[in-house]
Amino acid sequence: MNLSYLFDAAHWSLSTDGSIPQLILSHLWYVVLALIIGTVIALPVGLYIGHTGRGSFLAINAGNAGRSLPTLGLLMLMVTLLGLGLTPVLIALTVLVIPPILTSAYAGMRTLDRRVVDAARGMGMRPSQVLLRVELPMALPVMMSGFRSAALQVVATATVAAAVGLNGLGRLLIDGLAVNDYSRVLAGAIVVAVLAVVLDLILALAQRWIVSPGLSGRFR
Amino acid sequence: MSTYLSNNWDTILTALRQHIWLALLPVVIGFVIALPIGYLGVRFPWLYHPLVNTAGVLYSIPSLALFVFLPVLLGTKILSPLNIVVALTIYTVALLSRTVADGLRSVDDIIVQSATAMGYRRLRRLTDVELPVALPVILAGLRVATVSNISLVSVGALIGVGGLGQLFTRGFQLFYLEPIIVGIVLSVALAGLADLAIVLLQRLVTPWTRFQGSAA
Repeated sequence: MNLSYLFDAAHWSLSTDGSIPQLILSHLWYVVLALIIGTVIALPVGLYIGHTGRGSFLAINAGNAGRSLPTLGLLMLMVTLLGLGLTPVLIALTVLVIPPILTSAYAGMRTLDRRVVDAARGMGMRPSQVLLRVELPMALPVMMSGFRSAALQVVATATVAAAVGLNGLGRLLIDGLAVNDYSRVLAGAIVVAVLAVVLDLILALAQRWIVSPGLSGRFR
Repeated sequence: MSTYLSNNWDTILTALRQHIWLALLPVVIGFVIALPIGYLGVRFPWLYHPLVNTAGVLYSIPSLALFVFLPVLLGTKILSPLNIVVALTIYTVALLSRTVADGLRSVDDIIVQSATAMGYRRLRRLTDVELPVALPVILAGLRVATVSNISLVSVGALIGVGGLGQLFTRGFQLFYLEPIIVGIVLSVALAGLADLAIVLLQRLVTPWTRFQGSAA
């Protein structure tokens, strides 16, 4: 067990196939695609349920249902049905990110102070204005925490893409294991963990930037 | 489907039994370890943030990496179920020590003060007052840990020990849907049952939470 694979300069050149930077890029590509598709699907549904209060049962239980679905099983099911490729991997990862995003969008809308919504309505805002200018900004902190946990999960889980022949940092784990090269496995584990921490930091900074100062209270 | 089930009944049952063991043993061990750690995070407030951050980093290590890596670290055989148990225990401790700390912090200070005024010493106050009041939060965390452990076990199949996950890899290698579907259904059903069991346990041990609405 040593760090020789991680610190070997030959594994860091961008032009070599299967080098660490290339694997990071393909890993991030799966992560970002899954997060975008998941958000496009889950955010409107969560906001709608939170805004109207209809279908709360679905939003509350989506989180637990999603957690109980084994991603590896779903991935292998999709590959067996659709064949090898990016699509089955994206389906499995998207299913993983939908529950936390949906549940937190719902929770963000439900937990905000209803008196503020009443006040906004009393000031003559239209329903769309109430949603976009009052409810959405106020729900942002809770929604962002759901998005961040979805991002953490998908960064860690995207490693299984390598089990069905795709790239991403899982390659280092699967290939390293196949040839008993534990230095490579260690490199994969460290890079994924660092990637997760860095991504979470970036999202935390983004959260500071997009959440209204009136809510975070950092100018008070 | 029915021929697959009747021909492979024993394999499925063995996989299911292994799955239950591999998922639930870490929950028990992890819970026992997380209780004192979470308490320390409350007793010494400066420990709380380092605790939350360490837990976050531990949780972001991919399960596959941990499964592959523990044999090197522990000197166990790669096919030893112990690797899975230790890896899932680490996740459980990471998740639950934070939940325990948050649960204890959520106990209303007025309750702690009245218990102190009634003459409770620190330890008795913790076991008889603070922990019971914190139970709903702690048990909610336990549900999350249990359900995610049950779905994580199957990743172990990539290194040869994964309970129901072995049905996934077999189906994947043979291009055969039945074992994969059976594995997913059993895994989800197991998670649902375990979740339900904790909810029922919670109703049993925290009867006061159900009356709050009408009493207030």
